[in-house]
Amino acid sequence: MKKVLHNPLALIGFTIIAGILLLALIAPLIAPYDPDAINVKAILLSPGAGHFMGTDGLGRDVFSRMLYGARISLMVGFVAVGIATAIGIVLGAIAGFYRGWVDTVIMRIVDVMLSIPTFFLILAVIAFLTPSIWNIMIVIGLTSWMGVTRLVRAEFLSLRNREFVLAAQALGAKDARLIFKHLLPNSLTPIIVSSILGIASAVLVESGLSFLGLGVQAPQASWGNILTDGKEYIQFAWWLSLFPGLAILITVLGYNLLGDGLRDAYNPRSSQH
Amino acid sequence: MLKYLLKRVFWMIPLLIGISLISFFIMHLAPGDITTSEASFNPKASEESRQKLRELYSLDKPVIVQYGLWVKRMATLDFGTSFASHQRPVFWQTKDKDGNISLGMIQEALPITLLINVLSLVLIIGVALPLGIISALKQNQLADRGITLFVFIGFAIPGFWLALMLMYWMGVQHAWLPISGLESMGHENMPWLSRTIDTLKHLVLPVFISGLTGLAGISLFVRNGMLEVLHQDYITTARSKGLNENRVIYGHALRNALLPLITIFGLSIPGLIGGSVIAESIFAIPGMGKLFYDAVLMRDFPVIMGILTIGAVLTLIGNLLADIAYAWADPRVRRGVMQ
Repeated sequence: MKKVLHNPLALIGFTIIAGILLLALIAPLIAPYDPDAINVKAILLSPGAGHFMGTDGLGRDVFSRMLYGARISLMVGFVAVGIATAIGIVLGAIAGFYRGWVDTVIMRIVDVMLSIPTFFLILAVIAFLTPSIWNIMIVIGLTSWMGVTRLVRAEFLSLRNREFVLAAQALGAKDARLIFKHLLPNSLTPIIVSSILGIASAVLVESGLSFLGLGVQAPQASWGNILTDGKEYIQFAWWLSLFPGLAILITVLGYNLLGDGLRDAYNPRSSQH
Repeated sequence: MLKYLLKRVFWMIPLLIGISLISFFIMHLAPGDITTSEASFNPKASEESRQKLRELYSLDKPVIVQYGLWVKRMATLDFGTSFASHQRPVFWQTKDKDGNISLGMIQEALPITLLINVLSLVLIIGVALPLGIISALKQNQLADRGITLFVFIGFAIPGFWLALMLMYWMGVQHAWLPISGLESMGHENMPWLSRTIDTLKHLVLPVFISGLTGLAGISLFVRNGMLEVLHQDYITTARSKGLNENRVIYGHALRNALLPLITIFGLSIPGLIGGSVIAESIFAIPGMGKLFYDAVLMRDFPVIMGILTIGAVLTLIGNLLADIAYAWADPRVRRGVMQ
C-alpha cells in the first residue's frame, strides 16, 4: 500500500475511484432531485444555478441521474468482475495445480471462448434474455473470465514446485490447504491488478450496451443510456452528451491508472522503464 | 515447418467443436423455443406453420440429434435463411427456381467489415509504430509523457461517445465529412475516381473509431517492447562494436521488439470484429457489426447464429495466419525449440 501511495499515477487513479465511489454511495443525500422525476416545465434547461448539469428532454435533472448512473457503473464493474475473477481463480487453480488432462481441457475451453468475439457473444446472449442490469452483470462476468484463468494457472505453475510449497506438501498439507494457504495468497497481486483493469473494461462494455439500448433499461439511469437520450438533442443540448461521456472516460481512466500503478509498484522489472 | 503447420491446423478441430457447442447452447438459452420469436414477427403465424418450423429445425427431436443435424448443416455452410428480412439466405447467395439470385447477408456485409478492419490495421501500424519508437527513445522526456497520456486516454475513451462528438463536430457543425453510410446521394452516377474518394471520405471516421483502442494498445506495446530490447546484451554489443545508432535501433532492436506484435495482431482480431458493432451501428455502415446488431434487435436467430459462427471461424483463421507468420519470422518456433 505504501508503495502504491508513492506512485503518483496510482494515487491519481485511487483518488478518482474513491471520489466516484463516495459520490455514488451518498447519491440519495446529495442528489438535488429525484433522478426519475419528469418535469415538463423544465425541459432541456442548460446547466445553471438550479440544475448543475442541466436537464434532459423529459425535464429530469442530469446531475441527479449522473449520480445514480455512477451507482450502476460501479456495481456492474464490481459484480461482473467478481464473477469473472471467481470463475478464473477456480479454473486457473485447478488447471495449474493438477496439470495433466484437466489442465488441457480447461485451457482448450479458454481457447474456444477467446475465439468467439466477446461483444458478439454478449449481444447474442442478451438477445435471448431480457436486458436487465442483473443479466448484463452475469453475462459480462461469464464472458470475461479467460484472462484471469490463464493468469492464475501461470502463477500456480511457477509456484507449484517452489521450496515452500513442496515443504508444506511434505509436511502433509492437503491440496485445499496448499491452494488456499500457500499458492493463492502468493498470486494475489497479479489477480488484483487484472481485476482492476477488468472493471475498467466492464464499465466500458456496460455503457456501450446501454448506449445501444441493450443494457440498463429506462427509466433507470446509466451513463450509457443518458448518452443515448442525449444523442437526439446533440445540436441544442450539448450537456446531455458531454457529461456522461466524460464520466465514463474519467472512471475508466481512474481504474486503468490504479491498475497500472499497482502493477508497477509490485513489479520492480516494469518500473525500471 | 510442414509438421508445425499440420499440428497447428489439427488443433483447430477441437476448437471448432467447442465453438459449435457454445453457439448451440446459446440458441437454447431462449425461453420457449425459437418458433416463439419467429411467431412474434408474424401475428398470423398459425400453430400449423410453427409446427413446420419446429420440424425444419428438428425441435421435436432429442437435443443431441438436433445438435448433430445443426453441425451437419454448418459443415456444408448452410446457415439457413433470415427470419426477419424476407427469407434471405444468411451466408451465401442462392438461386431460386426462376433463376433469380438473392445475395447472402453475410456475403454482402463481410467485405465491408474486413475493409474497415484492414484500414484500421494500416492506421494502427502507421501511427502506433512511430509513436511507440519515439516514446521509447525519448523515455521520460516530454514526448514520451505526451504519448503515454494519449495512450491512457485512448484506452479509456468510450468509442461510441467519441464517435458521437466527432460526428457532430466534423459532420454537422462543419460538414467536413459525411456521417452515415458508405455512399453519398448520386454515388452510382459519379465517375470512378470521385466514387472512390466518396467512399473513402465515409470511411474516415469509422476507421478512426474502430482503430483507436488498438492504436493506444500497440503504441504502448511497441514502447515497452523497445525498452526491453534496448537493455539486452546484444544491443550493447552492437553499440560497442561501433555500429551506427540508426542500425542499432532499426536493424537490431526494432526487429526483435516487433516480433511479438504478430501474435498481438492475431489476438486482436475478435476484438476488432466485435468492436465493429458500435462503430457500424453509429455510422450506419452495412457491415457485420450492424447486421448483427439489427439481428439481435429483431431476434433473428439464423443470422445471429451464422455471424457468431463465422466470426469465430474468422478468428481461428486469423490466429492461424498469425502463428504461421510468427513461425516464418522466428526460426526458434518452427524448429520447435520453444512453444
